[in-house]
Parts: sequence; structure tokens; C-alpha cells
Amino acid sequence: MKIAVCIKQVPTREWQPRLNDDRTWIREADASFEMNEPDAYALEEALRLREKHGGEVVVCSAGPARVQQVIREGLARGADRGIHVDDAGLGAADGFLVAQALAHAMRDEAFDLVLTGLQSDDQGHAQTGVALAELLGIPHSTIIMDVEVSDGRVRVKRELEGGWFQWVSMPTPALLAIQSGINQLRYATLKGIMAAKKKEIRAVAPPAGLSAGLRIVGLALPSKSKQTALIAGPPAEAAAELVRRLREEARVL
Amino acid sequence: MILVVAELRAGTLNRASWEAVGCAQQLAGGEPLAVLVPGGGEAAKQLAEAGVGEVLAVEDAALTSYMPDTQVAAVAAVIAQTTPRLVVMAHTYQARDYAPRLAARLGAPLVADVIGVKGSGAAATFLRPMFQGKLVAEVAPHGEGPAIVTCQIGAFRADAVVKGPAAAVRTLSVPLDASRQTVEPPFQEAKQAVDLGQAERIVAVGRGIKAQDQIVVAERLAAAMGAEIAASRPICDNGWLPMDRQVGSSGQTVAPKLYVALGISGAIQHLVGMKGSRTIVAINKDADAPIFEVADYGIVGDLFDIVPAMTAEIEKQSH
Repeated sequence: MKIAVCIKQVPTREWQPRLNDDRTWIREADASFEMNEPDAYALEEALRLREKHGGEVVVCSAGPARVQQVIREGLARGADRGIHVDDAGLGAADGFLVAQALAHAMRDEAFDLVLTGLQSDDQGHAQTGVALAELLGIPHSTIIMDVEVSDGRVRVKRELEGGWFQWVSMPTPALLAIQSGINQLRYATLKGIMAAKKKEIRAVAPPAGLSAGLRIVGLALPSKSKQTALIAGPPAEAAAELVRRLREEARVL
Repeated sequence: MILVVAELRAGTLNRASWEAVGCAQQLAGGEPLAVLVPGGGEAAKQLAEAGVGEVLAVEDAALTSYMPDTQVAAVAAVIAQTTPRLVVMAHTYQARDYAPRLAARLGAPLVADVIGVKGSGAAATFLRPMFQGKLVAEVAPHGEGPAIVTCQIGAFRADAVVKGPAAAVRTLSVPLDASRQTVEPPFQEAKQAVDLGQAERIVAVGRGIKAQDQIVVAERLAAAMGAEIAASRPICDNGWLPMDRQVGSSGQTVAPKLYVALGISGAIQHLVGMKGSRTIVAINKDADAPIFEVADYGIVGDLFDIVPAMTAEIEKQSH
């Protein structure tokens, strides 16, 4: 089985927001980047499916040169090869644009399954995977907590709201957006890291004529919906003051 | 014209669809509204009685059980027939599942997870969270065809919808693609052992707890307070606490009188499950964490210093 995993590179969770001069994007020079965590679950699921059914896992990412780091990390965790849609403009692109770039690079590969994370921890549009399925002309399902593959079909456990689930079946090729927590992640071993250095990453130029559907007019810190009483001071004193106020002011203890 | 796409759950109207109507009214500024009910039935009549605009119903048995292929075909066909300027729906799991496919088919921009609107008419822009809620982006769609907008649950008020004289239901007939997916009936996992919805107080832990064996720090505070222990999704994903302790869009929705969030950054998926709590306390080392946006009381600092001190203070006073 030939499985693609789409992976995005995003600022680390510890990153503190810094904006560029016109406040329409972040100051990338100040950010450090890592693999989008929801995509790590998709990669892990792909590796498990390969262990069960054989075949190949291909890591695909669209973005500037820096995204090779997450492709390399995917290879170190066990993927077989990588595809990099290489373009400086794709780092801040919206989901549909990224989907078009990926579709262009992936179409001729004829993957049996395409796995993605549910959404990215940066822009969080949660669109790339589903839009990619439409562009590739294959069925999709999202928020997947279990995957069973047999005889050209896939049966998946889809999460609904409020603790409900549903099994959905469809023919392959298909695209699945994997829910975080579906599996326990593995990390790269030293052997994996060494092996990754020899694996192929194919660079592809994005198709000509892509244009953004969404324009970021401005970015800002969120406005607060509540006035928070921030309690300062050394930990023991702040803790005692908080407990006092919860008892006497809020009357909840 | 603005087209609202309502959502049915087992034949009944999803409450969040009213919020989408509220969002559309805010965007309209005098422009007419229409509401599409894929599946039609009682929900279409209910919407027509509320008089928020013409109600369009596609009565087709293939739409009674949601599947993305048929849903996309139906909504795309209605958009082609009615040429709306904007299409508005609630940002439910169902919308997340098919709206990007619909947008890709139409080549239309999709503004997802909208929490606010600036202006109305063609010049309107949309506010949506980015970077896990650390930033809010003002976004403008552009391109040919209608823009599609999904509204975050709870961001627009269902009770602010302006009602009018009852409108008509117009039944549309549209060609539907055969679905490539087949679905089985929805089910719940083994009955939830813990009903956090009944708890008066909740102490919840997030990534800031760092390791499973440190959850005991939070458990001691919970015991001292007479609180249930709960967690954000990543903690349950890691298996550090059982799934039935999870608060958020994929877990339980709670509204206790006291909610203490320890090392929880406050991603929207968590906030929607707890922001109705009466008093919210946040303890987090990151002063910019979105959890402080909803907190009544906050301490910026190391939870491993603060929480044991709180526990000791409560235990001291109760003896």
C-alpha cells in the first residue's frame, strides 16, 4: 500500500507571538519551528499501517526551504521518502492554496491512502486535507480515531461531537484527516536519524498561477472577554491570597 | 443574498444553526437572507415560522443521514441556483468535514471558525483565531463566487436572532451524486463513568503538568477542595487520565461553580467546554496564554510552586 502523509511545519508551542512591521504575519526570523503535532499522529498511523500491510510511506510538505526539517524528521521516524513543494510564498499561504500545491505534486504518485492531521497549530484553517481530497478526486473522512484497511476499501471510526462515534466505509484511494490521540507517537531513534540522511527528498515547484483566497488584513493579540484579577507575589503568598478570595469574594470554596 | 446552511441532527435542527442565522443577520445590513435545510422536514417549517428569510428545503432521503459527497452536491447545486454573495454555517464537526470540499469545488474562499465580524455588506471582514488562540486575525476573502463562512460555536448569539412574519418553504430539486461513503449508526463508547457536568468544582490539568506522575499535585488540590479531576485533550491523548475526564469539544461540557485550570493554555477546543463555569481560575507560566482571557482569577507562575501552597492553605483552614 502506498501511503502519503501531509505534514506542516509550524512555530513551536513555546513561541511567543511577534509580528512583522505591517502586522499581517509573524516575524519568522524570531520563531523556531517544529512538526505540526496533529500531523505527527497521521504519520504514526501511516507507519503502523505500513507495518501491518506493507508498502511505502511518503512524507509531503509545502513551504519554504525550512520545511525540509520536518520532512527529514518524518524520514527519521520511519517514512521512506519525501516530497517537498518548495516555494517561499507557501509558508504563510491559506489552506486551499497549500492543497493546490500539494495536489500538483502528489497527483501522479497515485497514492492508495493520503493521511493528514486535523488542522495546523498555526493558521488552523482545518481545510488543507479535505480540499486536497476534492482536488485529487478521492473520497475523504475526517476526525478519525481508527483505521481498518482491506481489499481496496477502508473502514474508519469517525469522531462526532459529545462523545459519539460512527464507522464510515469507502473505497481507496481515500484521504483521512486523523484525530490527535489515535495512537501513541514514536520518536526518532539515532539509527533512524542516520538512515534519514540517505533517503530521497524530491523537490517540486508549485504550479503556476496560484492565488490566495484569503488575505490577512491584520493580526492582533486577542481582546479579553473578562477582567482577570491577576494575583502577584511569591508563590506561597499568591496562593494564600487566591484561596482567600475564592472563599470570601467568589464564595466557591 | 446571504445563504445560511442549517444543520440537522437526527432530523432536528442543531441549535448552532440559529447562531449562524445571527451571524448572517449581522453581515446582511438589509440584504435578504435565505436558509437552506438539507433534508428539509420539520426543521424547515420551524425556521420558516421564525421568519428569518425564505427557507429552501431539499427533501431527499439521501440527505437524512449525513455523508460528505451528497451534502457537497446538494449545497453546491443550491448555490448554483440561488447565487448567494455569502454562505454562512456553524463551525460544527459536520461543517468541518464538508465545507472545505464544497469551497474547493466552487473555487470559493472559506473563512472558517469565525468569532466576529467587522462591518457589513461587501466590505465586511472576519475575525478568527490563529496560532492556537494566541493571535486573532482579521481576514478578507477575495476571488470569484461566493465566500463561505463558518461561525465558531458560541461566538454569535442564537437569542439575538431577529424574527419576522412567517416565511414560505420552497422545495428545491437538485441532482445528487451517489455517495462513495457508507455510514453505520452512531454509537457511544462504554458509558461514561464520570459525569463531570454534575461536579460543583473541577480541577483540570493541561500540558503544563509535564508528566503523568505529577498529576498527583493536582489530585491533592482537588481532594482538598472537594473537586473532580479533569484534563484537556492532550493529557487524555497521552493516556495520563482516562478519556472520560476530558473537558472540551470532543469531551464533556461543564459549568461548575469553580473551575481551576492548571497548566492549560486554553485552546478553543478546551475553552468551549468550560467557559460557562461561574468562577474560573487559571494558573499558567505563560502570561499570554489564552486561558487568561476567560479567567476571573489568575496567577502567572510555576504551578508546582503554587498548587501545593494552595492545597496547604485550604487544608490549614479546614482543620
